[in-house]
Amino acid sequence: MNLTLQVWRQKNAQSPGRFVTYQAADISPDMSFLEMLDVLNERLIQKGEDPIAFDHDCREGICGACGVVIDGTAHGPRRRTTTCQLHMRSFRDGDEVTLEPWRARAFPVIKDLIVDRSAFDRIIAAGGFVSAPIGSAPDGNAIPVRKENADLAFDAATCIGCGACVAACPNASASLFVAAKITHLGMLPQGQPERMERALSMVAQMDAEGFGSCTNHGECEAVCPKGIPVAFIARMNADFIKASLTKGRRVAQAGEATAG
Amino acid sequence: MNLDSRAPSGLLEKKWDKHRFELKLVNPANKRKYTVIMVGSGLAGAGGAASLAELGYQVKCFCYQDSPRRAHSIAAQGGINAAKNYRNDGDSVFRLFYDTIKGGDFRAREANVYRLAQISVNIIYQCVALGVPFAREYGGLLDNRSIGGAQVSRTFYARGQTGQQLLLGAYQALERQIGLGTVQMFSRHEMLEVIVIDGRARGIVVRDLVTGDVETHVGDAVCLATGGYASVFHLSTNAKGCNATAVWRAHKKGAGFANPCFTQIHPTCIPVTGENQSKLTLMSESLRNDGRVWVPGTPGDRRPPNEIPEDERDYYLERMYPSFGNLAPRDIASRAAKRVCDEGRGVGPAGYGVYLDFADAIERLGEQAIREKYGNLFEMYERITDENPYRVPMRIYPASHYTMGGLWVDYNLMSTIPGVFVLGEANFSDHGANRLGASALMQGLADGYFVIPYAIGSYLAGVKPAAPADDHPEMRAAVTAVRDRLSTLLGIKGQRTPTAFHRELGRIMWEYCGMARNRSGLETALQKIPALREEFWQNLNVTGENAELNQALEVAGRVADFLELGELMCRDALAREESCGGHFREEYQTEEGEARRDDAGFCHVAVWEYTAPDRTPLRHQEPLVFENVQLATRSYK
Ligand SMILES: Cc1cc2nc3c(=O)[nH]c(=O)nc-3n(C[C@H](O)[C@H](O)[C@H](O)COP(=O)(O)OP(=O)(O)OC[C@H]3O[C@@H](n4cnc5c(N)ncnc54)[C@H](O)[C@@H]3O)c2cc1C
Ligand code: FES
Repeated sequence: MNLTLQVWRQKNAQSPGRFVTYQAADISPDMSFLEMLDVLNERLIQKGEDPIAFDHDCREGICGACGVVIDGTAHGPRRRTTTCQLHMRSFRDGDEVTLEPWRARAFPVIKDLIVDRSAFDRIIAAGGFVSAPIGSAPDGNAIPVRKENADLAFDAATCIGCGACVAACPNASASLFVAAKITHLGMLPQGQPERMERALSMVAQMDAEGFGSCTNHGECEAVCPKGIPVAFIARMNADFIKASLTKGRRVAQAGEATAG
Repeated sequence: MNLDSRAPSGLLEKKWDKHRFELKLVNPANKRKYTVIMVGSGLAGAGGAASLAELGYQVKCFCYQDSPRRAHSIAAQGGINAAKNYRNDGDSVFRLFYDTIKGGDFRAREANVYRLAQISVNIIYQCVALGVPFAREYGGLLDNRSIGGAQVSRTFYARGQTGQQLLLGAYQALERQIGLGTVQMFSRHEMLEVIVIDGRARGIVVRDLVTGDVETHVGDAVCLATGGYASVFHLSTNAKGCNATAVWRAHKKGAGFANPCFTQIHPTCIPVTGENQSKLTLMSESLRNDGRVWVPGTPGDRRPPNEIPEDERDYYLERMYPSFGNLAPRDIASRAAKRVCDEGRGVGPAGYGVYLDFADAIERLGEQAIREKYGNLFEMYERITDENPYRVPMRIYPASHYTMGGLWVDYNLMSTIPGVFVLGEANFSDHGANRLGASALMQGLADGYFVIPYAIGSYLAGVKPAAPADDHPEMRAAVTAVRDRLSTLLGIKGQRTPTAFHRELGRIMWEYCGMARNRSGLETALQKIPALREEFWQNLNVTGENAELNQALEVAGRVADFLELGELMCRDALAREESCGGHFREEYQTEEGEARRDDAGFCHVAVWEYTAPDRTPLRHQEPLVFENVQLATRSYK
């Protein structure tokens, strides 16, 4: 098949970008979308032109590195599918396809289709963990976990941190990403001791990074390759409100405890 | 080359305890004066960086991806072993040890493997504590399954995404330390050189992949947790960025490379479809718990699978290996698949595929049960092939997957360069000539969480914390070497892309150093690879410049290293005149086509010493001594 691509090209964060048109000829429907870009890039290099930069690594939909806005949709037309797992059979011969990077204030463009998503790492560093120093753990079966809770925690933990939720949100909110982590750890007994602090610090970091707030558009769930539901955002909000309301009290109690 | 394993003497069960007692400790107040460099953020790297930081060391951690969470460990599917015996089915530390030694065809060091089996238990505890959502039963306790090469159920799992969940646990522990300021993280940085001063490691040279800046980072020890080199085959189950650059550069600076020819070809991957394919996708081995492998009984039978009656199918693994059946170890299952395809009984368009059929399991357990266990894998299969595996059997074929070989390390995980430690898949230590399923995750986390924190003290306690001067001649020489090489790669301006060279190298490796090897093939490869390398340095085309994000330049540097490593692999395969584990030399097989090991001649680790460009490397040996197991012929019949 033959396609016409409109690709966002931007030399670096400082330069302005623009769309450039490329012909992708003789593409097999069994190729993945990124293999189609590989072929195009090989041809560009042969002509002495700069290949199109895009992030990718595992190419199995699990590392979260890839991500292209394809015809206006993060990760393209197929639901619950990362860009690397999208195949050319989802397109038709002669199609014109537009490729853009994630667009969000908190995700500045580095080059072409590559953006800087390090804000996500900083949100995790702010509280997306259980403090369990290596070597300190009790027997894994000492605390039984209800299967439903373990399963729900798992569903939330499948987030691959690709950032499609942010790219799709009209407010560029990172709520789905943050909510997934808060739900994952909040559903497990191991996550309870830090549950309130986690909600406060992760939300504070999300705001500090310049992500927008959630106004319930639901676009995030629609593009999430792992199908993380927006319902998790309600859990995050519940934890956050509870944590904010009880913050003063908990600090006071902690103070008394140390004083005593 | 000093190949003293430093494995402690005494009873197998007591070695690790005894060793830990004898290791020198670094005074807690002094720990923060030492800087440890950790290259890699997979299970081994992230786990190691977090635990070293918790102990009080200053840690600098590097990865080439945009986030440490994307290390290739994330892609592991099937599970992680631990000798818990929660199933009451006869497992024990000794059994896990024995299975691993036997699975590796008696080419691994007893003391290391036993330690790994001992530590396996703590790993599961630690992961649970970090919030890893392992599969649970209705009673709330941890669930297990069995995986290739084992007759007990000792594998812990998180659906088909065990690696993801384990890595997120380690990543979160790492991020916690980053937040506390004890680890400095350098994402999108690629290590290109080790700095060795007065015979010991003092730092690394890295390239900032966004700006192209070449920087030095100094430390008191350098840990390499940079993963395996299966991508030397171009098409493999590894992530696109996986590379051998870090270990190869260390090798050229004096680190011995052990058993480079021990590579693992995984039996259950989606078959190759086209010329421009960029990678092969693994279908987790755990599928072999419920899927049955078969091909048509007669060559050339092109009927669709559902039209082939039961008695005209050959469930060849069940037939050839009745006691392990579909769970036969990887090397054995892969070779069996190759054999039936070579006989003309393969399925799919190119005839290089076998069926993995779930019809019986679906009938027995119901579609829902299968969906719960493997849902994500089935979805992945469908996305790639456009076929529904609940209805039509999967088609699979072996692909390059894992490398048992790697930098040689002693019992403390230290390479032959003092101060360079090697963790995880990057070292050679625990899996001998073949790795069993669910054991790489175990080894990565064992090395990172539980071995390096102790082992590194043995070295650091003996050196004073101090940074070498920035203008030390060795530092300047390392930086110059890196800069020169980058500009050479950019300056060739030939005709062929880096990927074109990689693809051609991969074909040579797969053909001559893949599932079956022989003298004349290896000799051919040893002609072809240097010729290809020469062409590479004359005819490579890399566009753009160094001072920018330049992915073609990144690939070119990695391919350049693969072109040297590939040659060493062939050399090693040629020198090892026996068949063992993943290394199958056609000249050394039994009448039934099984591997014929030569314990009198080759019961050793082959360790290669780099000499000079285009000079033959030297082959050294670390003899393997077995005090606790009897060297048996590996049989899974
Ligand atoms: C598809 C697949 C499925 C698997 N399933 C299983 C399973 O079910 N069970 C099991 O036990 N094992 C499994 N394995 C094997 C296992 O996943 C790996 O062996 C293991 O995760 C390797 O971990 P690691 O920490 O050693 O390295 P990796 O996770 O590969 O990490 C390497 C790190 O090094 C960094 N790095 C590499 N080179 C450089 C450089 N030059 N400069 C800077 N940084 C660098 C990378 O950025 C990365 O952070 C699987 C492997 C694959 C491919
Ligand atoms: S490349 Fe890993 S998710 Fe797409």
